[in-house]
Amino acid sequence: MRPGKQPAALIIHPQDNVAVALRDLDPASRVDVRVQGRVRRILILDPIPANHKLALTRIRPGAIVVKYGEPIGEATATIHPGMHVHIHNVRSRRIRPRQR
Amino acid sequence: MRAEGREKSRRAERTISVYVRPDGNVGARNYVAVVPAVACANDVAEQIAEGFPSARALLHHQGCGQLRSDLLLVERTLIGLATNGNVGAVVLVSLGCEGVNVDGLHDAIGKSRRRVARVDIQAIGSSTRAVRRGREACRDLIADCRRIRRGQAAVDRLVVGIKCGASDMTSGLASNPAVGRMVDAPVARGATVIVGETTEFLGAEHLLVRRAANRQVARAIGRITMAMQRRALAAGGDMLGGQPSLGNIRGGITTIEEKSLGAVSKTGSAPITGVLDYAERPSRPGLFIMDGPGFEPQALTGLVAAGAQVLVFSTGRGAPQGFPLAPVVKVSGNAATCRHLRQHIDVGVSDVLTRGETLTAAGTRVLRTVLEVASGRLARAERTGYDHLVDIYTRGPFV
Repeated sequence: MRPGKQPAALIIHPQDNVAVALRDLDPASRVDVRVQGRVRRILILDPIPANHKLALTRIRPGAIVVKYGEPIGEATATIHPGMHVHIHNVRSRRIRPRQR
Repeated sequence: MRAEGREKSRRAERTISVYVRPDGNVGARNYVAVVPAVACANDVAEQIAEGFPSARALLHHQGCGQLRSDLLLVERTLIGLATNGNVGAVVLVSLGCEGVNVDGLHDAIGKSRRRVARVDIQAIGSSTRAVRRGREACRDLIADCRRIRRGQAAVDRLVVGIKCGASDMTSGLASNPAVGRMVDAPVARGATVIVGETTEFLGAEHLLVRRAANRQVARAIGRITMAMQRRALAAGGDMLGGQPSLGNIRGGITTIEEKSLGAVSKTGSAPITGVLDYAERPSRPGLFIMDGPGFEPQALTGLVAAGAQVLVFSTGRGAPQGFPLAPVVKVSGNAATCRHLRQHIDVGVSDVLTRGETLTAAGTRVLRTVLEVASGRLARAERTGYDHLVDIYTRGPFV
């Protein structure tokens, strides 16, 4: 892979509030993502492994996480831009374990 | 010169070199299937096929102690496997007391005008004698099948089964959409493509419903998806770890909706002709959805029982397994997997993510490999021999 030639993260659909990291991203680093032709710089807050998601906007608890332009689940905590978006702060809206 | 080459390659994309069966079906392979009617006949079936490269034992875990509806499902699956175009002849092995109707299996397979040799262990009286008799029959059937030669046939005779597994983020972004582009081409040429994995419609079924050929198909897509969701919820509702799997989660997939949205892109963009039950044969060409689970061996078994002669398998993290009766073409968009598991990946499409290869170009490469494999080129899982697993999907409990 040629560093610098490839974007650090990919936004699949213009309506998405998350991006996909294309390589491991370190906290406190800044990455440029292209949103509708404009480059936005995002401060990374968590270690984000390659192929995992990072938030582009603030997502409140209960708010919908959007990828591919479609809902993929809802936030279970406040997610700030640059934070890792995964099973610790997002849950399915379709299949949910029974309350114990 | 170059124009001539292009014409040749275009012709290659319209025809395949296959075995034509007496029932009109075609085969990408020419196997003798050794089919146990019930799990209890597995040992004998395995020993019958042992050492014959063109005999494949279809070892499974069903066939008795199940609800009537599931026994019928097992029967349909076994008949479907035994009469797949890749099978030239069949050795049917039964114990004698199983729940499935062995006479019914024998008749249904015979109706496809394939030779069927029957080995009933309890009637023969010893497993040693049953193995010996089965091996004699197997040797005779193999010699018979060897006389058949490949001939040219149009691509529209092909049935391709599509599956994704060991998915990660790259599956939804590269390999699944590349496979989707591949799917559109044979469907446009009148071939049949079958896509399973109902669990992975959850959260993406609206995208499939929009493509339904008619309202009946649209309703069927909604119905099978909701039934799968109800089954998961009735069993406690915690699919996390299974769907998405722990490997999916490590690969960056968070919810079933996210997995589904990535998964359905492998269905391409053609209209959806119909919805099939598990292991049901499509009655006409087109793009079909088959109701069934995402669990790999069960999904592949259903697709081959429905008639698929070639399977295309999109993978992120690298699933090496094939299937005993049909070649499985593995496609990966994960550059690390393509390097690390290169022994198992037939088509690498990671350039879609790293070097700007178009999905159309990647899809064309997948199609070319599928047609070559249909015509006899060995897929990686066939070369490695990682292709023994069969498992039949059933819905009720064992009783």
